[in-house]
Amino acid sequence: MNRNITLPNSKTLTAQTCVTKLRTEKVSLYYGSFQALRNVTLDIPACAITAIIGPSGCGKSSYLRLFNRMNDLIPGARVEGNVEFDGILIYDPKIDVVELRKKVGMVFQKPNPFPLSVFENVAFGPKRHGIGNRAELEEIVERSLRQAALWDEVKDKLEQSGLALSGGQQQRLCIARVLAVEPEVILMDEPCSALDPVATLKIEDLMKNLAQEYTIIIVTHNMQQAARVSDTAAFMMMEQDRAGVLVEYGATSQLFTNPKDRRTEDYVTGRFG
Amino acid sequence: MEMRTVFHKKLREIQDDILAMGSMVGKAILRSIDALKNRDLELARQIIGDDQKINNRRFDIEEKCIELIATQQPMAGDLRTIIAILNITTEIERIGDYAVGIARIVAMIGDEPPLKPLVDIPRMAEQTVDMLRRSLDALISRDLGAARKIAMEDDLVDHLYDQVFRELLTFMAEDPKTITRATRLIWVTHNLERAADRVTNICERVAFIVTGKMEEMGASKY
Repeated sequence: MNRNITLPNSKTLTAQTCVTKLRTEKVSLYYGSFQALRNVTLDIPACAITAIIGPSGCGKSSYLRLFNRMNDLIPGARVEGNVEFDGILIYDPKIDVVELRKKVGMVFQKPNPFPLSVFENVAFGPKRHGIGNRAELEEIVERSLRQAALWDEVKDKLEQSGLALSGGQQQRLCIARVLAVEPEVILMDEPCSALDPVATLKIEDLMKNLAQEYTIIIVTHNMQQAARVSDTAAFMMMEQDRAGVLVEYGATSQLFTNPKDRRTEDYVTGRFG
Repeated sequence: MEMRTVFHKKLREIQDDILAMGSMVGKAILRSIDALKNRDLELARQIIGDDQKINNRRFDIEEKCIELIATQQPMAGDLRTIIAILNITTEIERIGDYAVGIARIVAMIGDEPPLKPLVDIPRMAEQTVDMLRRSLDALISRDLGAARKIAMEDDLVDHLYDQVFRELLTFMAEDPKTITRATRLIWVTHNLERAADRVTNICERVAFIVTGKMEEMGASKY
């Protein structure tokens, strides 16, 4: 089921990207008795980059982890409301979570390559999903590394440990590892916060390229980064009981130049934080 | 908790600079009309020389704005303010050029006898300078209503322009020997009319800061 997203002043969203890929409807998330998210309703467009910004503790990362059901791993976590992937309810008990996580890849704050060779890092996922043919694996590894803009830098050292790469290369290796299982959505939780500015810009360029084929959601504290890379942006903040709520969602160009909500204005101009 | 206090202090300083520059330019316009009334060539020369100070002021403001954009990455209302100030400083600088234009006409007129006592031309100048001053107050107070009202007042200046033009036409029709002197006075009024249009542009920028939208205000008939 496709829903169309209409956003004001959106120059970057094309007809193709105005289709909803992910959707939350009145979603609340609880960790035991603590409510981390309240009533979040949001349509995430396909083949675009959506940034989620907000002060620490506002529930950005919790929100992101809804989409690959990572919160399930936390004891006492409970989700209310609908979370949809292509219109399918992903918290339905019939959903195969392993299959879901294949479609929804994730990149973390700190690059976390396995203590394996570059090749094995990328081949790890496809092998787990049953691909054993060496030639086929080689093809997947090369394609994924190329997509992650890392191939030229590592093609002669595929057998070296992934941990021997620089921080920025390690992060791109982790992106290649995600791409190897052919996901449709990539979740990025502060993917550049451990990287230097040059490595950061490389990842941002890479994200822009990947967004032609993948739906990307990025959680970032770096407002300039959100402004640079994203097509749409959501601002979240905590209410008094510390539950995270969505304050404003719109085209990035609008959210950062003319936000509608006073709280967004105050946050993006640094009047509170 | 108020954050980025250093940034917001710098932004306020730039706005103070704009007020100071606006005041310099307003005085230049009024002095140019004094020079015209009194055939004061020395004053006219001073106005032409002082324009460099106004231009320098503008470059100074531009540099400060660019520095803030580069170092502070302003967003939303702050970004709109800085962009608007960059535009407004250009508008004010151009109004300064109109004062110079009038001073040059004064130099051309030299010690020719006056064609008529000046009444409406000083009124045009006062109205324009008053609009300029209030438009900058509206900038500081982010007063959308005031900005729109001031832009409407451009009609008063246009009306005076028409009136002076008609009057001078009758002089020229009655006595062709007055054509040179009358034409020079028309040039003066044209400078004032353009200056008032620039004030309208300032008002548009104030509205942009407040609403985030570009709006055309009271398009002048000239």
